[in-house]
Amino acid sequence: MSEINEKKSIGNIAFSIFKYLMLIAGSLVAVIPVVVCVFTAFKTEAEYQSTSPLSLPKSFFYLENFKVAFKQANMARGFLNTAIVLVVVLVLSVLMGSMLAYVLNRFKFVGNGLIRNLFMFAALLPGIAMQVTIYQIMNALGLINHLYGYMICLMGTDIISIYIFLQFFENLPVSLDESAIIDGCTYFGVFFKILLPLLKPAIMTSVVLKGVGVYNEYYASSLYLQSKELKTISTALYTFTGPYGSQYNYICAGVLITIIPILVIFLIFQKQVYGGLAAGAVKG
Amino acid sequence: MGKEGKTFKEWFGSRKVQRYLVIFTFMFLPLLLLLMFTYIPFGKMIQFSFYNMKYIGKRTFVGWKNYVEVFNRPEIFKSLLVSVYYMLGGFVQLALALFFATMMVFKVKGESVFKAAMFFPYLISGIAIGFIFKFFYARGYVLDSIVAMFGVAPENIPMWLQDTKINNISLAATSVWRYTGQNMILFLGAMMSVDSDLYEAASLDGANKWHQFKYIILPSIKSIVVLNIILSISGSLSAFEPPYVITNGTMGTGTYFVMMNRIAHENQKVGLASAMAIVLLIIIIIFTVLQKLFFAYVFDNGTDDESKAAARKRKKQAKQ
Repeated sequence: MSEINEKKSIGNIAFSIFKYLMLIAGSLVAVIPVVVCVFTAFKTEAEYQSTSPLSLPKSFFYLENFKVAFKQANMARGFLNTAIVLVVVLVLSVLMGSMLAYVLNRFKFVGNGLIRNLFMFAALLPGIAMQVTIYQIMNALGLINHLYGYMICLMGTDIISIYIFLQFFENLPVSLDESAIIDGCTYFGVFFKILLPLLKPAIMTSVVLKGVGVYNEYYASSLYLQSKELKTISTALYTFTGPYGSQYNYICAGVLITIIPILVIFLIFQKQVYGGLAAGAVKG
Repeated sequence: MGKEGKTFKEWFGSRKVQRYLVIFTFMFLPLLLLLMFTYIPFGKMIQFSFYNMKYIGKRTFVGWKNYVEVFNRPEIFKSLLVSVYYMLGGFVQLALALFFATMMVFKVKGESVFKAAMFFPYLISGIAIGFIFKFFYARGYVLDSIVAMFGVAPENIPMWLQDTKINNISLAATSVWRYTGQNMILFLGAMMSVDSDLYEAASLDGANKWHQFKYIILPSIKSIVVLNIILSISGSLSAFEPPYVITNGTMGTGTYFVMMNRIAHENQKVGLASAMAIVLLIIIIIFTVLQKLFFAYVFDNGTDDESKAAARKRKKQAKQ
């Protein structure tokens, strides 16, 4: 008996060692490409030329590369534009997504199923492929090279938050609405006063997921925001492909400037991010 | 009679009118946007695919010619072959994610640190990832230095992005790097929905880790794994950012979308690009239908309840 236990515990210890080795290896692979970038971003020109990319910089207080990158790519403007787009798109998508989900979930009417299916099918259409003809429509409506045009386009192609809200409504009891209506509430009142506050977890999830998507969006902004003062943070970063071709000390600094905000948000909202993923996954 | 007696205010305040009012106002904008940015473009895409046209200027109707061209242009066919690399990458990614998620199901100290480290690449923008890996693969920089550390002679280190034998593998690997952690989190979520007593009961019964994986973990995540296999197939067909940013689709790395982007926006062959989009859409629809059928036949339904039911059944068996 004791022999079996001993065998087991040796097996367990071996498994533990294996487990941690693997997890450490996996984490290293995930982190090394970014960490190397951090090292490089803090190196002076001479240091960058002469040292191995794997070596630590002399000082983590050398910020010149960040200054140059920030200025050169006009990132102040990029951050401002991205911030405006984020606020407007997030607020409006949360409102529109939750309102639509409320109507689809709470009311039976002709066309309810059809509308759900239209949104489902829309999720199947490959985004980048659709831009070929969306470009035409944006052009016809005069929405190209306007920040509001880009925002409308982002909201128009947003299906994820609708899914998240629809799912959340399924678990909100209808009795809530009914008792409010008996108390004399209108449907609008039910939605804004009773249900919207209860949607908070779903709102968090959709804001985090959609927020990451909007912050990282590149393709549409490269098509629809071509003038210099309309660059978003992604298109600003992309300008490094040109003049700084292979000066990776500047490029890495630029990359880090764009990553830091999202890293901070991720560390604060980890739970919501993981939870939101799981919620989205059920739908596929 | 009573109706005529109603004032406008009463009529307006009636439940029925209120109902239609709320349905209309709440749906108007989302539906308008859906129409403008999904269904009108979709309709136009079908229409354009039968024309020879640029964004501006004259269009001529050419029938099925664009579709014939999609299948006959060698570079388009080649770009579909490039997708195979991303598809294989997708399988590697699923296997790795499954492996790491399994490691984490057993008690791990510092779990949140490992999770965060592996998940974070998913949150980085495609453009930033492009730059990170341009630097990573560049001659004489990161990967070369790492490989050299293991004693490989410099002349034996391949050109990661230029050598056409391996450059697609290098690029697909960036996709694996980006999405493995995200898949892992998904799998872990499904695994955690299994009652933890089950693992204890199993290990008391003398089940080893492999048995625990095979009989408890795997059944609980079967549906989400299958779902992700199918997603990675359609995902690999729509791979775009790695080649677009890192190699700009040169040296045989152009995927279907990179080609389509070039044909649409550089060559302005809108008709041909639309036909390409429709062909891809049809492929994606086929995969989606297959997925639905698969779930319908294998699991009776497409929901996650399957895993819960399986867990319950196994728990019962474990108790007996």
